[in-house]
This record gives sequence, structure tokens and C-alpha cells, in this order.
Amino acid sequence: MAVKKFVVGSFGDEAVLFPAVKKVRTAGYKIHDIYTPFPVHGLDHAMGLRETSLHTAGFVYGITGTTTALSFMSWVFNVDWPLNIGGKPHFPLPAFIPITFELTVLFAAVGMVMTFCYLCQLMPGVKKHIFNPRQTDDKFVMVIEVTNRTKEEELKSYLSGVGAEDINTQVAEAGWWYGRFDQEENLLELDPAAPVKA
Amino acid sequence: MHLKYESTLREPLVDGVKDYHQVTEDIISPIEAKPGKLWYVGLVVSICLLCFGVFSVTWEVYYGTGVWNLNKTVGWGWDITNFVWWVGIGHAGTLISAILLLFRQGWRTGVNRAAEAMTIFAVMCAGQFPIFHMGRVWMAFFVLPYPNTRGPLWPNFNSPLLWDVFAISTYFTVSLLFWYSGLLPDFATVRDRAKTKLRKLLYGIASFGWTGSTKHWQRHESLSLVLAGLSTPLVLSVHTIVSFDFATSVIPGWHTTIFPPYFVAGAIFSGFAMVQTLLIITRKILGLEDYITVGHMEAMNKVIVLTGSVVGCAYLTELFMAWYSHNPYEFAEFYKYRAAGPLGWSYYIMMSCNVISPQIFWFRKLRRNVLVTFIMSIIVNIGMWFERFVIICTSLYRDYLPSSWSYYRPSWPEIGFYLGTFGLFFTCFFLFAKYFPVIAVAEIKHVLKTTGKSFKEDMEKYEEEPAEQFAHDVAHH
Repeated sequence: MAVKKFVVGSFGDEAVLFPAVKKVRTAGYKIHDIYTPFPVHGLDHAMGLRETSLHTAGFVYGITGTTTALSFMSWVFNVDWPLNIGGKPHFPLPAFIPITFELTVLFAAVGMVMTFCYLCQLMPGVKKHIFNPRQTDDKFVMVIEVTNRTKEEELKSYLSGVGAEDINTQVAEAGWWYGRFDQEENLLELDPAAPVKA
Repeated sequence: MHLKYESTLREPLVDGVKDYHQVTEDIISPIEAKPGKLWYVGLVVSICLLCFGVFSVTWEVYYGTGVWNLNKTVGWGWDITNFVWWVGIGHAGTLISAILLLFRQGWRTGVNRAAEAMTIFAVMCAGQFPIFHMGRVWMAFFVLPYPNTRGPLWPNFNSPLLWDVFAISTYFTVSLLFWYSGLLPDFATVRDRAKTKLRKLLYGIASFGWTGSTKHWQRHESLSLVLAGLSTPLVLSVHTIVSFDFATSVIPGWHTTIFPPYFVAGAIFSGFAMVQTLLIITRKILGLEDYITVGHMEAMNKVIVLTGSVVGCAYLTELFMAWYSHNPYEFAEFYKYRAAGPLGWSYYIMMSCNVISPQIFWFRKLRRNVLVTFIMSIIVNIGMWFERFVIICTSLYRDYLPSSWSYYRPSWPEIGFYLGTFGLFFTCFFLFAKYFPVIAVAEIKHVLKTTGKSFKEDMEKYEEEPAEQFAHDVAHH
């Protein structure tokens, strides 16, 4: 959680965006993030992001569901209250399959969605800075962090050279905070050490 | 040039000249506009039905299940019929969003959001029936395996009725999560273009603070794929388990191994019919003909004719096995009490609506006719309701002891309950159509450049050149 200074450039077409990402990275600029209105396949690789392990987490949650269901039902029928139900066995595995399957799916799905929300910091009431309101509409918005070694004007002209439009500098909170989207927050309240508004 | 290429022979999924912004405009602007008169009329009618349903159910809870016309012989009537019918309708949504995603069927993008919403509302309606069928509904939580002061006494995990509790609740939860995770980016789109403060606030909360970050999209894609993979066996399991409610009993007409696939096919059949009914109206009122095209309807009609025929085969197999098995009870059930007998009329409604009428969809012209599709979708829904009625009531009303043979017709609280679920379903659907993006905006944008009509036209020059040339060119981009 820190307020930082960013140079923001927008692209109108993914065909322009891809070569631009490559060039900006080769030039040594640190891409904070690229905001897109829909999942652009291959962009994560182009940006050098690692693969997500969310599906592995899903597998672990699923296995947890399987074991929970099987062990709980066997415990109930064999240990806690062994009940003779029409002379049926106390460990009727075929009859346990439906509930075991359902709990596997339930645990995996609920666990994965919660992990997803945790990793992406998504929750009702969470607010993040929107660099360009059209990043959820039709623009691919590249955000580059300005460090004390970055020459801002040089970066801006470099961005326009690779095809970015509407280039500007923004001082913004990089993380998330509790807030309302119909209200503007005072950056100094979020982070007293914030650099002066550009 | 776009990195992906789809043959121009394939019908475009998005008609008209569109760019990304236009897609947003087309789908989001109905949310921002004032709804038309028809919307208010529809909503008020639905709420009235819902209120009548609440009244009927309150009546039933107050006086007990005796106000229903169920008797000792026919213990499951309209309530369980309606339960199975609504659950079946729900199946199309998950099929479209999950199975068709795994099969890479591009046309699902236009219809999946509304179909998933339909699934959730249908399962909500379905759940009411077994709950209120319990009679002392305030004890409904007894089905849950929680530590209690009665021993603790646990539910019987061998019982298909308990499997149903787990199946339906899991199905509802997973469908809701799948649907809502897909909605997050679209709510963010509504939020970021909102002009009023209230809309910014509410959609800001609903969007969970989604920004469209590449990393988030990467996780989102992974989440959607795994949820689709989980939902695929889930959707098949749910109606399989519903069919176990019948198949594991020893009632002639229920005790068959054919039930799981037969029920699943029937569920998809009726679900697609309901999707057609809803989407034909929605696309017309919201002006979304460019996104829910005749091609989409044709694809769904193909599924309808396929599953309708599967169901027809199942009906014939049942008839054959009733004769071939030499079981006198099975034979009497099918040939005396279903095909003839006092409730025989329902059997013929079922046969003609489900097996005969969908066969018109073998003709391309009829598959692509909106009016025919709409009428057929209603017929199929009626037919599938009667299928469940036939399975349940015609098996029960003639049991092993002729002195207890009986007849069954619903009383007003049963009819009121059923109408009430229509009220619930359509109230939810009208609110959804007004306040939610009825088409998955981000997903449409994702496929726009490969399957949009205006983009496909640009592809014609690539059609001329050999495939190796195209691959060579693209590989160097």
C-alpha cells in the first residue's frame, strides 16, 4: 500500500499493444500492470508473468472435500452411531459416492473462488484506482511506474512512439483500500508520505 | 491482423459492424435507460403471481400438507413433478456455460449469461417444492448433518433423498459462484461508465473492485476453466441423483437403470427450450438481435432435436423392456395404466410434445424460424412437465393393491404454489434483465475479432491463399 507516480498510456488495439509491450520491456521500463477490458490471451506471457497456480489450489480443495465426505460418513456409520439400516453394510461405498462427489465439487469451487478473491483482492467495498475509465470498455491501458531513475518525459515520448495514445502522469494508490466508487479519496489520507499531486 | 483465424464459412456470432466500444454500448445501455412499459407490466404480473404463491404456501404450512390433494396412494403429485421440472430447466444454463466451454463452442458466449441466470432462478424455484413437501417446514434443517442434541442423530447417507439435498445445494452454490465470477468484469464496465452516483456506488460494490489487471484476468481464466470442468460432471450428477429418487425404489415404472441418462437428456431438452423462450423475448425487447442471432437459435434447436430424440428412444426402450422383461407389473404399468387408464391422456400429451413435435427441427428452415422456435419451446416445456407428471403419478395411482387405486388432481394450493414459482422465476428474471448485463460483455469482446461479421469479411483475402502461407505469416507476428 503506497501512493506512487505512474505514466499511463492507452492502446486501442491489441495488435498494437503486443509489440509495444515487448519494446517497453526491452527498453527497461517496469510495467506496473496492463488493464484490459477482456482477457487477452498471451499478454501474461508477453509481460513475463508466471503461470497461476490457482488450479493446483482447486485440486487440493477438491481432495479435501473428498476426504471430508468419506471420512465423516464412515465415522458416523461405524463409530459414532452404528445403525442397522435394513441390514445394509456399515461401509456402503457405492452409496457414499454421490455425496462424496458433491462435496468434492463444492469444496473445490468455493475454495477456488475464495482464493481467487483473496489473491486479486476482490471484495464488496474494496476500491482500487482506475487509471482510465475506458479500461473496462475498449482501451488497453499500460501503466508504468515512475521511479526516481525514470526520466518521465523520455518515457512519455517513448510510449507515444510505440503507439500509445492519451499519455498522462497519475499519482495513485497502487494497492486497494476500503472505499466507495462514487467518492473521490484524498491521497494524503491514504498515504501521508504521498508525493505531491502531479 | 488478428492472431486467430476462423473460416468465413462459419456463420458470424456477432452481426453488424462492431468495435469493442459498440459492444459495450449495445449491451450496457439498456441498464442505463429507463425500462419500457412492458417491463413494468411483466414485473407487476410476476410479483402478483409470487404473492399468490406465498399465500398458497402459507395456507399449506398453516393447515398442513392435507390441503394438497395428495393421498395415501399418490404421495408425490404436483410438488415433486414441479421440483423435477424446474431442476431440469436449470440444466441448460450449466450445460451452455460449462460443457460448451470445454467443447470450445463459440456460440455459447452470446447466451451463457442469461442461461446461467435462468439456471440459478430455476434451481431456487425447484428447491421450494421438496422443502414445503416436508410439511413441518420449520424442521427442514433436520436434513443437514449437524451435531445435534438428539444423540447426535445423523441423516441416512444411504438415502437418495439426502443425496438430493447435497446435489441441489451444491449445484446452486457452484452455479452461483460461476455466474457471479463471470459477472465481476461486466459490473466493473457498468461502474466505470456510470453517470449517476448511486449507480457508481452500487455497481462498485457489486464489482468487488475489479480493475481488469492482466494478472487478475489470468487467474480469472484459470478459475473459469476449472469451474467449467467441475460443473460438467456436476450437472450430469445432479439430474442423475434426482433420477435415483425414483430408480432406487421398487415402483414399476421407476425401477429402471435407464433413468439417469434418460433424465439428463430430458433435463437438457427442457432447459434449452426454456432458454429459447426467454432469449427470444429478451433479444427482441433489449434489441440484442446482433448478439443472439438466428444462428444461436439454430444451434440450440439442434440440441433440442437431439435430446428430444434421446428422450424418445428412452420412452420406446421402456415400452420394449416392459414387454420383453415378462414382468407382469411392469407390463401392466406401461400398457394398461400409462398408455391407457384414467391418466392415459397425460401420456399422449407427453409423447406428442416431446417426441413427435421436435422432429420438425430436422428442417433447416424451421430451425431458423423465430416464431416456430418460440412456439416449439413452449410445447417442449409443456411436454417435459407432463413427462415428470406421467413418471410420478401414473406409476403411483395404480399400485400393487387394487383396493387402494386412486386418482389425483391438484387442489388450489398446489396450483397456487406452482404459479408462485413462476412468479419467483420471472420476478428474478425481469430484475436480472434490467439491472445485469444480459450478455457476457467481456466474453463477446474476446471472440469479436474472430467471429464478428465485420471482422470476418476482412478475412476473405486470407481464404484465397494457401494454409501454409497463412501459418507462416502469423507465426512471424
